[in-house]
Amino acid sequence: MLRFLVIGVGVAAAAATCVLAQEMPHRVGGFVPGQKRPPGDPVQVARGKTVYGVNCRGCHGADLRGGDLGGPNLLRSQLALSDRDGELIIPILHGSRQNEGMPAIPLSPEDDKAVAAYVRSVVGMIGVQGTPPSLGREAPSVLVGNAEEGKAYFAVKCSSCHSATGDLKGIATRISDARILQSTWVAGGRERRGAATTNGHTPTAVVTLPTGEKVEGQLLRIDDFLVTLQLADGTSRTFARNGDVPEVAVHDPMQPHRDLLPQYTDKDIHDVTAYLVTLK
Amino acid sequence: MKLNRLILSVPFWFPAMLLAQGSGVNPDELLKPLRESWPTYNGDYSGKRYSALTEVNKSTVQHLTLAWMSQVYAGTEEPAQGGRRRRQQPAKLIVGGEGSGDLAIRGGTIKASVLEVDGTLYVTMPDNAWAIDARDGRELWHYFWKTKGGTHIGNRGFGMWNHYLFMETPDDYLVSLDARTGQERWHKVIADLDQGYFSTPAPIVVGNHVLVGTGNDIDSPGFLQSFDPETGDLQWKHFTVPMAKGDAGLDTWASLDAARHGGAQTWIPGAYDPETKLYIFGTGNPTPAFTTGTRGPGDNLFTCTLIAVNVDTGKMAWYFQTSPHDMHDYDSAQTPVLVDAMFDGKMRKLALTATRNGYYFTLDRVTGEHLVTSKYGQLTNWAEGLNKFGGPKYNPEKDATVPGSLVSPDSDGTVNWEPPAYSPDTGLLYVAEHNSFSIFYLLDVDPRGSMGLGGKEEAEVGSDGSYLTAIDYRTGKAAWRHKYYSDGGGGGGLLATAGGLVFGGDGAGSLVAHDAATGKPLWNTRIGDVTNAPQTYMLDGHQYVIAATGDKIWSFMLY
Repeated sequence: MLRFLVIGVGVAAAAATCVLAQEMPHRVGGFVPGQKRPPGDPVQVARGKTVYGVNCRGCHGADLRGGDLGGPNLLRSQLALSDRDGELIIPILHGSRQNEGMPAIPLSPEDDKAVAAYVRSVVGMIGVQGTPPSLGREAPSVLVGNAEEGKAYFAVKCSSCHSATGDLKGIATRISDARILQSTWVAGGRERRGAATTNGHTPTAVVTLPTGEKVEGQLLRIDDFLVTLQLADGTSRTFARNGDVPEVAVHDPMQPHRDLLPQYTDKDIHDVTAYLVTLK
Repeated sequence: MKLNRLILSVPFWFPAMLLAQGSGVNPDELLKPLRESWPTYNGDYSGKRYSALTEVNKSTVQHLTLAWMSQVYAGTEEPAQGGRRRRQQPAKLIVGGEGSGDLAIRGGTIKASVLEVDGTLYVTMPDNAWAIDARDGRELWHYFWKTKGGTHIGNRGFGMWNHYLFMETPDDYLVSLDARTGQERWHKVIADLDQGYFSTPAPIVVGNHVLVGTGNDIDSPGFLQSFDPETGDLQWKHFTVPMAKGDAGLDTWASLDAARHGGAQTWIPGAYDPETKLYIFGTGNPTPAFTTGTRGPGDNLFTCTLIAVNVDTGKMAWYFQTSPHDMHDYDSAQTPVLVDAMFDGKMRKLALTATRNGYYFTLDRVTGEHLVTSKYGQLTNWAEGLNKFGGPKYNPEKDATVPGSLVSPDSDGTVNWEPPAYSPDTGLLYVAEHNSFSIFYLLDVDPRGSMGLGGKEEAEVGSDGSYLTAIDYRTGKAAWRHKYYSDGGGGGGLLATAGGLVFGGDGAGSLVAHDAATGKPLWNTRIGDVTNAPQTYMLDGHQYVIAATGDKIWSFMLY
């Protein structure tokens, strides 16, 4: 996939699948942003769903992603994706792919069209970047770790900055979803790369000028050319940088989290999460 | 492009008369190394993004100063009253497209490489293109394409053949314009929007071929096509996954059906070797991207692969898979760099590529022979050792899992689409290196596997440093790394010059010129975060350096 940096389109969401949207309200379709798929006739789509259930479901699955009898996933069928009014789907129902194992399905002309309309309606529910309309079963819990071993790891690696009875007291109540809790603690309290540091964990820096004067403050920004500090009196001061002059010493309380990223095993992470969820 | 320019002296307040000037791009000229102009995506076919211009160099770069800035306005949007538009008269607007025109397009970002030909710049954003006077940034014409939809993520720019320009659209058309007027010549369907295809690449013109790639995120086969520049007729179509029994690579998939839905999209332009007539390009991820499911445990050829095809026939000459059985969306959609250089005491014809998955490769570009593999993303952890072909051997324990798997790099990669640069003076390949981490959670535990890029959640949990990294092609090792203060370092790509410089955005609001030998920053200008690869050209005896930030193009020169 392409990296999503800036998407400059206001997407008029396709409202093609109102019937199914009511059945699966958690996911709005639209894997082709902005595209307007013609809305299906709800009565026809409902009829098609019934006919599909009787004739197609065994091979292609209740969710159209392939069934127990080995039929292919229809939601990634280029033909189903391109069908407009049954013109591509119906010939297959009539037997054009018997050589490839797809039997002819004798239906009335109305039901032919209804099945095609139902398939199109589910296609219209496919999410961004091809996410299936329904993920099916709920994913199992992320809690697979050993809380005792997590507690021991915490004591060695984390306790110099954090405490179960101090800053992390009640963390599992504040963040009740274990997956979010895990992502949050591994990120050092940040959930997204590049987000500003919070919770008073702002980096500080000491700038030592050629005169020997030292200026200390919160680090507002730094790059190869400038460094800006917020001083104790609330004012800010910017210094031009030229290589090592002036000398800049940065203290970032979040650095230990970054330093740990290459060191964690997945088991370490799962164990610590299993421990942290006990801190209600 | 020819140098005998036709200079039109037209008053700027008479937009109907504004025409781009000169005689266009003669395809034979494209066979030459990059010099005064910038006539194709990478400047020349080699992908080096190395300019022979030396007026701007280590000594003079400190005097580089703003020549002009031009802001473009997408769609038919008019700037608000009292807006910042610099010109009284908007450029001539030409409207094309098959959409209804009622999709709201709200601006966009220039990620394209700009063509500079005969004193005119040609620049694109999704659905939009402009001709701009290279001397003062004045718009000459604006072409707007009414879209039918599709993923509007970026457009990499124009291809050019004589007076004709070629651009791709998000709703999968190849559009040809007359460069002088912006008038449309024709447009052709290149892929099916209904199947989820969307098109971003800059077409690459080779002889009488217009090479066109496309993209897709939902379980569709990738392909590269060649069109006739005059008529727009299809010349050949090369699928990048097996599509029929007997096709090469089919044994690396669980089934033909899996292969035919296997991805390997062609969304970044490649490089071209005139001697072997090979067009060399990278392919995207397999689908479903994050689950083995229907794919089977094999390598899933030719996803995440560098492929060489004969430009006249579209037949594959060789391939090298840089991410066998990818499980993290590490598209090999990076620009390969073709160099002739010493290797093990012999002059070799090489292809260099630093890929999204954190690995660097040196190959023989005539045969595809593997020569060097290295891990340039220092914290890359998804693979263990190398396979028998020299590609990284993926570690299944680092697949997305239900309890979460900590992986470096994240799915954006050590580098993404942003083009690297190479200097024959230093023998170094310059590339941005992002040592990011994500936890990959498997959400879709369906044993059939998921679809497209779905079925997972990716939590970005931090980065342990980003760098401008200079790789020695002989060893794959970094000669030096210059640390960025932002994960956005490297901007939209890099430019190397014979003036001993490497230009790129630093992700902290500056366009920077680095010493190509050491990485030391020598000059910067605070124009914002750079969104495309800096470029350079020569006009009236002056060397210009241009770069884009969002919807603005900035031009710098020495007075």
